[in-house]
Amino acid sequence: MADQTINSEALKTGDISAAVDYLKAQYPDAISDDTREGYNGIIIARDQLVEVARAMRDDLGFDYLSNAAAVDYLGIEDSMEMVYHAYRTSGGAALAFKAQTPRAQAEIPSLIEVWPGADFQEREAYDLHGIAFPGHPNLRRILLWDGFDGHPLRKDWQEAYYEEDHKPFESRWPKGFVRRAEELNIYGKNVKYPADLDLNSLADTSEESVYANMGLGVDVQQLDNGDELQTDKLVVNLGPHHPSTHGVFRMVVTLNGETVEKLEPVMGYLHRNHEKIGERNAWLHNMPFTDRLDYISSMSNNLGYALAVEQLLARGARYQPPTYRAEVVRVLMVELTRIVNHFWAIGFLLNDLGAFFTPALYAINERELILDFFEAVAGSRMMCNYMRFGGIYKDLPERIHAVANLVNDKMRDYDTMDYLVELINERIPRAVDQLDQYLTDSEIIRARTIGVGYLPKEMAIAYSAAGPLLRASGVSYDVRRADPYSIYPELDFDVAVRYNGDIYDRYLIRLDEMRESLRILRQLLPRLEVTHGEPIMPGGKQGPYMPRVPIGESYGHVENPKGELGYYVVSAGDAKGTQNPWRYHVRAPSFINLTALGQMCRGHKVADIVAILGSIDIVLGETDR
Amino acid sequence: MSQLDLRELHSTEFPVPADMQSNVAITSLSKIYNWSRRSSMWPMLFGLACCAIEMIATAASRYDTARFGMEVMRATPRQSDLMIVSGTVTKKMIVPIVRLYNQMPEPKYVLAMGACASGGGPFKEGYNVVSGIDQYVPVDVYVPGCPPTPQALLNGLIALQKRIDGQSLGNMDDVPWYGVGPSDPVPVPILGPDIIDPRQMEMIRAQAERAASGESYGTRELPAAAMDVIAPRTEAAARPAQAPAAAEVATDDPDRAEALRKREEALARKRARQAAQNLDS
Amino acid sequence: MYGVGILKGLGVTIKHFIDTYVDDIRYAGRKYMRQENFEVRQGLKAQGAFTVQYPEEKIAVPERFRFVPFLIVDDADHPERPGHDWCTSCGICAKVCPPQCIWIVRGENPQTGRPIPEPEAFFIDIDICMNCGYCSEFCPFDAIKMDHDYELASYDRTGAHIHDKQKLSKPFSYWRTIAPTTAAEEAEARGGWEHTDVIKERKKAEAAAAKAAKAAAQAEQAEAAPEAEAQSEQDAEAAKAERLRKREAALARNRARKEQENQNDE
Ligand code: SF4
Ligand code: SF4
Ligand code: SF4
Repeated sequence: MADQTINSEALKTGDISAAVDYLKAQYPDAISDDTREGYNGIIIARDQLVEVARAMRDDLGFDYLSNAAAVDYLGIEDSMEMVYHAYRTSGGAALAFKAQTPRAQAEIPSLIEVWPGADFQEREAYDLHGIAFPGHPNLRRILLWDGFDGHPLRKDWQEAYYEEDHKPFESRWPKGFVRRAEELNIYGKNVKYPADLDLNSLADTSEESVYANMGLGVDVQQLDNGDELQTDKLVVNLGPHHPSTHGVFRMVVTLNGETVEKLEPVMGYLHRNHEKIGERNAWLHNMPFTDRLDYISSMSNNLGYALAVEQLLARGARYQPPTYRAEVVRVLMVELTRIVNHFWAIGFLLNDLGAFFTPALYAINERELILDFFEAVAGSRMMCNYMRFGGIYKDLPERIHAVANLVNDKMRDYDTMDYLVELINERIPRAVDQLDQYLTDSEIIRARTIGVGYLPKEMAIAYSAAGPLLRASGVSYDVRRADPYSIYPELDFDVAVRYNGDIYDRYLIRLDEMRESLRILRQLLPRLEVTHGEPIMPGGKQGPYMPRVPIGESYGHVENPKGELGYYVVSAGDAKGTQNPWRYHVRAPSFINLTALGQMCRGHKVADIVAILGSIDIVLGETDR
Repeated sequence: MSQLDLRELHSTEFPVPADMQSNVAITSLSKIYNWSRRSSMWPMLFGLACCAIEMIATAASRYDTARFGMEVMRATPRQSDLMIVSGTVTKKMIVPIVRLYNQMPEPKYVLAMGACASGGGPFKEGYNVVSGIDQYVPVDVYVPGCPPTPQALLNGLIALQKRIDGQSLGNMDDVPWYGVGPSDPVPVPILGPDIIDPRQMEMIRAQAERAASGESYGTRELPAAAMDVIAPRTEAAARPAQAPAAAEVATDDPDRAEALRKREEALARKRARQAAQNLDS
Repeated sequence: MYGVGILKGLGVTIKHFIDTYVDDIRYAGRKYMRQENFEVRQGLKAQGAFTVQYPEEKIAVPERFRFVPFLIVDDADHPERPGHDWCTSCGICAKVCPPQCIWIVRGENPQTGRPIPEPEAFFIDIDICMNCGYCSEFCPFDAIKMDHDYELASYDRTGAHIHDKQKLSKPFSYWRTIAPTTAAEEAEARGGWEHTDVIKERKKAEAAAAKAAKAAAQAEQAEAAPEAEAQSEQDAEAAKAERLRKREAALARNRARKEQENQNDE
């Protein structure tokens, strides 16, 4: 007996191959290695998927399902596949496993019982790929509306403005006679109707299913159980146009008086088809598109994508890793971005608590100064598009300076290093302290936030929460430490953890993280001095404009300010290496963090909903993609 | 911008002695109307996507729209007269947007901020993206950029103020909302298999009939009018896209019909004039 | 104790309020006027309000700033090719543009039908352009650059938002004024302030002249041998450098062509 416990402890921390061996021994006929070129992980027969997954979680300690993505292999294997990446919250690499299904009548058992965090991700796969998940209690479309025609991420689905399978398009050069896509569309709009469209029975059914489970139309008389007041439930819509939903997010709430009984997030109001466009783009094309995912922290989005593609490129013969200078600058940018994001998040959390706009104004003052730096280095305040495969776009300029161009232009001119030193050593610490000083002890904030929106540790892990949301619940899981990338291993910083799992702790943890980021930044300053003038791309050369990427799959993930941001990319088809990704999937922290929102809000008052939402800190560009 | 300079109000017909100019104002109703209207625009607090972040940055302390009397961002459409469409308009979102627009009291203005709101932006090819908010509601000012910097947005807001300055109360072309009661609401699109604009019902029906009768059908097949667009054309691009003809509004009341007709005419004249202006500039 | 938090918050506001006036007093009312004041107020030393009084004062944008792209043409007073496009219509920018908003019609020689290195038409739909800067980053001829003029608000998009070649073209001197450092770096990489083609032409002409001079020198050798020797040594060195440069240029061309071919093959 004792022997067995030791054994199982060892299994829970052992490496991936030991885990795979264990699974193979347990389920010999369900598991096979993924032997396709450039792939790794295991393929699980779909009829035993749930069992195996449970064993993974319970016996092997993979308690955290990071990513679940569907891939359509039309034309290569004529099958569809779900790819999962499970991690241990104690750290270590991913266990990647897959389940395959034929395209017609695609069906894969739902893993929601094992990892409730699979909820939204499976709904997304259902919506965009048309894979059904038997066992999922609420399998509805999530990003598109009910009644939408088709499943857009299937490879044979074409949209109204479809032009070619892959960019670059033929029509742009050398005979590029300009035209607007509207001009080619019969309706002049971006629409396309199925041939069997029946206008007579046309009805907008998109709202019906939204309210289906909300207990609408309950007869009060039937609620009579003798000892309670007979009250009707009220179903309330918050959003999509609401000042405190951080964009076009919508929640449908069932209220009993002021108390939330059920909350259902409704999203997709900013679904910009990122992944469909990403699969048509060439590899480099996607970089500026990633800026627009979490548009407050574009630099770290860039980094995640660059890491994912570099993993693939590393399989090629002539690959050179990024230079040290490039890594230093990357981390500099990413940590500055984290500070920008947390300033923003705290400012708008206060907004949601009712301190309308004033705290936000102070919090985003310093943001402007960091954005000035981004603008001088990368060329844009928000959409930085700064990382490249193997390096960065351009080195830091010697001076941050401008040239007059328009009337009344006023110039500024600073030395870049002086600017950075002052920003990191003086300005930001002062601003963080100021926030701390006048918010942390405020009674109103304490009264509104302590104990509200409680998310217990086990639930945070089960729901695949990430980032500050997870760490405020007492889980010390940070990708920078758990699965390190770039130069983080040599940097000295602590993973901030808080244990109460309420809004207040989520606020405090953001302050902690800003301080940790400042600690990292201070260590970067001497490194910047030392590496000054070193090449930023391997060999000092600009990368190719149409890189070819060796075939295979990779999952690159980074600790974004909002949580774990992952990119699952597949390069398939052309044996020479492809110009376009076959699959480009984004594991968006804002999206998956919302899985727990309904649970967190239950039992609280209406006014707390926006505060809880504010403490998760979502951004819609990433939630809806 | 912030100070009231009486000289701004002077109408030119009556000469005022120079030494009195800062004490006395002789003005026309239109001028004072325009002046007060443009100095107290209340935008709707309404953010769609990335551009909204820049819009908030514009409203924040560094760029500060309060200097233009625009700091009162209202969350309800009923209290606002400017809709800054800041970001990508998706098909799912256009339905609420049209509703919000209909709820705004007249006079109302729309500013399309960024490439997405103006014409679809980088995500235009996507299946859930509307190629420009002006496909559904009329737009007064377009601000290109992705995202427009706060200064670019301010430039757009000033352009809107200029536009208001040019209006005249005596001219039906400029203020179509006077005289005939509230204008008709924009029909709210329907979310069917794809988004359906009720104004295009006839066209959709015709296409569906063609499909039913076995004729080739599909959006990739081009109507004759579009064919010559594809034919080489080397000079400057962009002839105005053909706006779908608005369905005839049937009305019984002859007075109202008359007023409506006048308004339509006025709007047409206005558009023509604007087009001419655009060509000039 | 309720109320302390509010007082603290008000304290912060008052501090900012006072700081703004302290700034005012420090600059004795010239706060909004002078260049240096602006620099301090918009930098890290700023204390109080740091509002930019657009449009009376504007923050000039940094050199790398990107808004919509423009095409570089030679200045009107260029000695050899005034107003000539730098673009050779190689099509790289159209391919690398992520939302595919560049349309290029390659120039053709009307007699032979062979392509010529000049765009016949060039369009950018700024309603699609995402200001990513790839076009200028990857253009091998430095012919397309990101503009700094962001004041583009218009009342009508149908006519104004597809920029054609005429609207896109701006003289090279404009680029030198808005981005002096970057322009200098690029010029160094090209080997001169001119377009690569012009530099090549000039080099050729120089080489020819050098050859002629050498021949002349040889003819004169009989008369003044020692002088000629020094001359020819110089010549030899110049020729060697020239050869090197030529080889490099040829290699670059080769590479570009190969890449293009690769593109075409697919
Ligand atoms: S124009 Fe650009 S920045 Fe603005 S919403 Fe569209 S993609 Fe985002
Ligand atoms: S890359 Fe440069 S030279 Fe080539 S077509 Fe574009 S602008 Fe012209
Ligand atoms: S800036 Fe980017 S999107 Fe715009 S034209 Fe250039 S490559 Fe295309």
